[in-house]
Formats: sequence, C-alpha cells, structure tokens
Amino acid sequence: MRGYIEVDQELCKGCQICIAFCPKGVISPSNKLNASGYLTVLLNDSGECTGCAICAVVCPEVAIEVYRG
Amino acid sequence: MKKVYTRPRSLKRNPFHYCPGCGHSIIHRVMTELIDEMNLQERIIGIPPPGCSVFAYYYFDIDMAESAHGRGAAVATGMKRAFPEAIVFTYQGDGDLAAIGTAETIHAANRGEKITAIFINNAVYGMTGGQMAPTTLLDQQTTTTPYGRDVKLEGYPIRMSEILALVEGAVYIERTAVNSPANIRRTKKAIRKALQTQIDDLGFSLVEILSPCPTNWKMSPLEAWQWIDKEMTKQFPLGVIKDTTGDKDAN
Amino acid sequence: MNGNSAIGEAAIRAGCQCYFGYPITPQNELTEYMATHLSRRKGCSFVQAESEISAINMVYGASVAGVRVMTSSSSPGISLKQEGISYLAACELPAVIVNMSRGGPGLGSIVASQSDYFQATRGGGHGDYRTIVLAPSSVQELADLTHHAFDLADKYQIPVIILGDGMLGQMMEPVEFKHEAPEELPIRSRALRGAKGRPSRIIKTFTSKPTELEELNWSLYRRYQLIRKEETSYETFLVEDAELIVVAFGIAARIAKGAIKNARTDGLKVGMLRPITLWPFPSAKVEELANGTKHFLVFEMNMGQMIEDVQLALAGKGEVSFYGRPGGVIPTPSEVFRVVSRLYYQKGLK
Repeated sequence: MRGYIEVDQELCKGCQICIAFCPKGVISPSNKLNASGYLTVLLNDSGECTGCAICAVVCPEVAIEVYRG
Repeated sequence: MKKVYTRPRSLKRNPFHYCPGCGHSIIHRVMTELIDEMNLQERIIGIPPPGCSVFAYYYFDIDMAESAHGRGAAVATGMKRAFPEAIVFTYQGDGDLAAIGTAETIHAANRGEKITAIFINNAVYGMTGGQMAPTTLLDQQTTTTPYGRDVKLEGYPIRMSEILALVEGAVYIERTAVNSPANIRRTKKAIRKALQTQIDDLGFSLVEILSPCPTNWKMSPLEAWQWIDKEMTKQFPLGVIKDTTGDKDAN
Repeated sequence: MNGNSAIGEAAIRAGCQCYFGYPITPQNELTEYMATHLSRRKGCSFVQAESEISAINMVYGASVAGVRVMTSSSSPGISLKQEGISYLAACELPAVIVNMSRGGPGLGSIVASQSDYFQATRGGGHGDYRTIVLAPSSVQELADLTHHAFDLADKYQIPVIILGDGMLGQMMEPVEFKHEAPEELPIRSRALRGAKGRPSRIIKTFTSKPTELEELNWSLYRRYQLIRKEETSYETFLVEDAELIVVAFGIAARIAKGAIKNARTDGLKVGMLRPITLWPFPSAKVEELANGTKHFLVFEMNMGQMIEDVQLALAGKGEVSFYGRPGGVIPTPSEVFRVVSRLYYQKGLK
C-alpha cells in the first residue's frame, strides 16, 4: 500500500501529535512559520507513507488529507 | 490513489480557535463525521456552553443555541419537550456539567430526558485561565489551587459518570478519551451509541471524554496527551459505566 | 375560579404548549392547574423542574424550538430566573413569565406585596434590556392579560412578565374566557428545529466584537421605542375634575378604588390613574394629567418604587405624595381613605 498526505500549512498549528503517532516516521517539522506564526509539519519525501491515516485521525485541526492506492 | 480521509461535510471550513493539541477540535471532527454518517444534519440541534467551546457554532454546520452556564441539560429538556423529533445534544465542560450544572444534569437524567450530553473533562476551567474544576486531580496545581488540590480544603475530584450511573433514567454512560488513535476511535463509537440511544428513544445518554488542555496544564501537546494516560485515567477509568439500553423497549 | 387557575386556563387557550415551573407559595395552584390540564394535551408538555433556574432555562430551550411557553413563580423564585430572562431578552425569544409577588426581601412572607416593581420594570437581570410588564388587578384581567401576553411576546420577540400578587392569585371571582384553545399550536418561524431545507441557524448573543453587541443593543432599543409608542396601556377613574389623583397598580388599585368612591361621596374630588403596562409606563398620560391636576398620591404596597416613574414622568410639574405598606401587609380601603382625606385637606384642596 502506497500513500501520501497533504498537510494544510495554514491550518497546521505545529502541535506535532501526528509526528508522535505516525508509525512510519514520515512526518517532520517544516522549518517554516505559517501566517499564524506556527512552525508547521510536512510529509517528508521518504516514500514510506502507507496512507494509514492515523495522522489525520489525531490531527486536531483536520489539516491532513490522506491518499492511498 | 484515492482520497481516504477528508474533512466532514458538517464541519465548517473555519480554522479552529482552539490551542494546539486541544481535544475540542478532535471531538468536533468526530461528531461531525457521525452527523454526516448518521444523516442527522437536518434533525440535530446542539447546545454549546460558555467556555472555550462557546464558538462551537462556528464549526458545526447545524442548528445551535447558546446556553447559560451550567443550564445545558435544562435547555435541552425544554427543546426536546417542545419538539421531540429533534435530536438534541449538549456539549459541556467540567464546570458547566459538574459544578454549576450538577442539579440540571442529574435531574434531566433522572427524568430520563431523551437527550445526549457530551461531557468534556479536562480537569480545569479552560477558558477562564486554568482554575480548579470539580474534576481537578488531588495535588494538581491550578490557578486557584496554587499549592496543589488539598483534599482537606477542596475535596476530591468528582466522578460524574459514576454518579449518573446510579440514576435510573440514564441508560447509557461511557467514559473515553481522545489522546490516541485507538481512544479517538473508541470515542466516536461511544458518541454514535449515545446518539443512537436518543434516536431509539431509550433515555438519557452521556459520554464523558477526557480531553487534553496543554495550555492550562502547562505542558506541550504531546505531554498533555500522555498525562491523560499517566494520571487522569487513574482517577477517571475509561470504559462503559452503564448500559441498560438492551433492557428497555423503545417508547 | 381563583386567579392562579385563571392564568393557567387563559394560557392554554392562548396556545401555550409548554409549562415549566417549580412549587412556591402563593402560586402553586397555577403549577398544579398546568399539571392537570396542560400535561395531557396533544403535543404539550409540563415539567416540574428541580429549581426555578432550571425552569427558566427549559423555557429558553422551548422558546428556541419555537413554541409558546410559560413559567411562573413568586418573588424569590423570580430572582433566581433573572439570568435566564436576560438570555431570553438578548436572544429575542418570546416567553411569558408570571410573578405572583409576595413579601420580601429574602424569604419574606407568603402574603401579597408589590415590592417586585423595580425587579420587573428595570430589566431585573444583567444587561441593558426591558421586558413588557403587565399588571392585572382582577381575576378577569389576569385571564385577559395572560392571553394578551402571549400575543405581545410573539409580536415583539420579547419576554413578557405578568406582575400579579398573592392576593390576586388566591381570589375567587367569575371569569369569562374570550378565546378557545387553538386546534393547531402556533410555531414561530425563526425557531431552531433542525437545518432542514435551509442553512443552519445559530441563536446566541455572545460576541467577541463589541460593535456587534452594540448593534444588538441598539436594535433592542429601537424595538423598545416602538413598544412604548404602541402598547402603553392604563385605566383612568374619575380624573376629569380631580384635584388629587391616586396612582396605583394591581391589587392596590382595587383597594384605592374603594377609598376613592368613599372620598367622592364626601365631596372630595379624587380620581385614579391605574397603569396596566408598568413597562412601558404611561408617562405621557401622567404628564397630560398634570395639566389639570397638581397633586398626585402614589399608593403601592412597597417602600416606594413606582413613585420614581411618576416623578420622572412629571419632571417637577406636579406634587407627589406617597403612601405605602411594605412587607406583605394589605392596607384596607378605609385606611387609604383616611390617607386620601388627610392629604386632601393638608393641601387645602376644595
């Protein structure tokens, strides 16, 4: 199963809960502040994402959309 | 690839005003998923409290009416008696439901009002800046227990779910948390069951949800999520507290 | 029938669908009447709540859901309801609240008094709002004004208070009910009944934008101006040639009428103005009467509350005297007659 996620950079508040729960470790801090001043997170390019959607389940901001195929 | 996760339809697109790592937005999302899945958007009326979630109506795309502090169960009673076809839920914090609203909550449950109470337990008064709540743990520091909650002065944390289980009109009570994927999924199942209890006209239902409050607990989001497992569940055990839905015939 | 029951019957005939109350002397016959006669009607609901606070919040919920709804209590219980009434006013929700006043302050007494005038007419709860206040002075008027209250509440989307007292509630008088109970219970169009076929709706007043709340307050203000213009109501008795006008409301007006009739047989030119709406207060009528009459005697069963509205209305144009008995003591017509006579001669009136 391959997957990828899109993290809405303006909704993300950088709580990093998704990073803590991602079983594949494919999410990392982005090194960018969004317009609200939060240090956001991004999918890193490791290709290991399975589209399990655990990140979306724990994201308080509903900032993550998940694709799987 | 196909999209396997997206925002629920009943969740408005407004960015949440809640703190990073707060449980409210997770619960809002889980509830709006259920409102979509159970086809309730046209039937459901929500009653948010004064508190951080006073703005719940900016997020839930359903009819909502604000309530005076603590009186959600009474407002819900009035609404449901006036228009029984609606599905009515209150969304209340620990001060709202277990301090100022104790009488209204117990008596609505006692009358077996066909309403659902969503009870957000974060062991503090969030919106007002972190004062002691009835659910604050012993020795927990808050702005009104700066030396830690002292049982001799402030008594014990109150377990509302267990108290309400003694009330016969309450037919479904469960305590869950939203600090892990498994717990979030369990919370969604519990709220689904609670709403179904109302749809089936069986009686009063309540889901108590242990919810992280990183700002007032003075922790990072992850630490707050972990504190629920480490400390809160010792005082507030998770699980079904009462389920007599099988015993009752629908009215 | 007794006054309390007459209110109940009138409410049912006005299409009241829900009643939420709590026992308190001297209005229990009303709560019991609704338990007996409203609870079993189709679509209707009666709840004896766990407190007056809970009851007013149930009223709020039912009003949000669009039905005609009523609660009742007496003075201490009405104090408990103030927050709820403020919320009703803020959210522009109709409701009827009945206060069968008793002696106060505190637990007070269970006998009639008129000491809730300020509480009723000055908003009573927090915030800058008013409610319409109707002051019946007979069992017939209790019935008529109760019916009217529901119409006013719906017309202006405002809570309406019926300010009675323990004596009116207990009195037995013949009543004629001029309306039948409606076949279809009226439902308000702005109600929240689930977002079917329309966008979801919010009922709230809390705002983080001060200008938004300011606009709500001004909108209420404009409504109150309209109500003042359209709904002010009073009764006059023998004022055309009066040298002294008694101003009294509710049960005090009944007592005063007896005293005035006696005074007239003695040749004293005394009349009475009886406000029926305490809010809006008939200030314009008071001012108009002061063109012909210089002396006013405000008579109320309290330590002086309505007198302030009379003084405001006169703005120094006439002389105001006061006679009051607080604490639930019921003055007699002969007592009031003595006061009227003494004042009449003291002021050198012919």
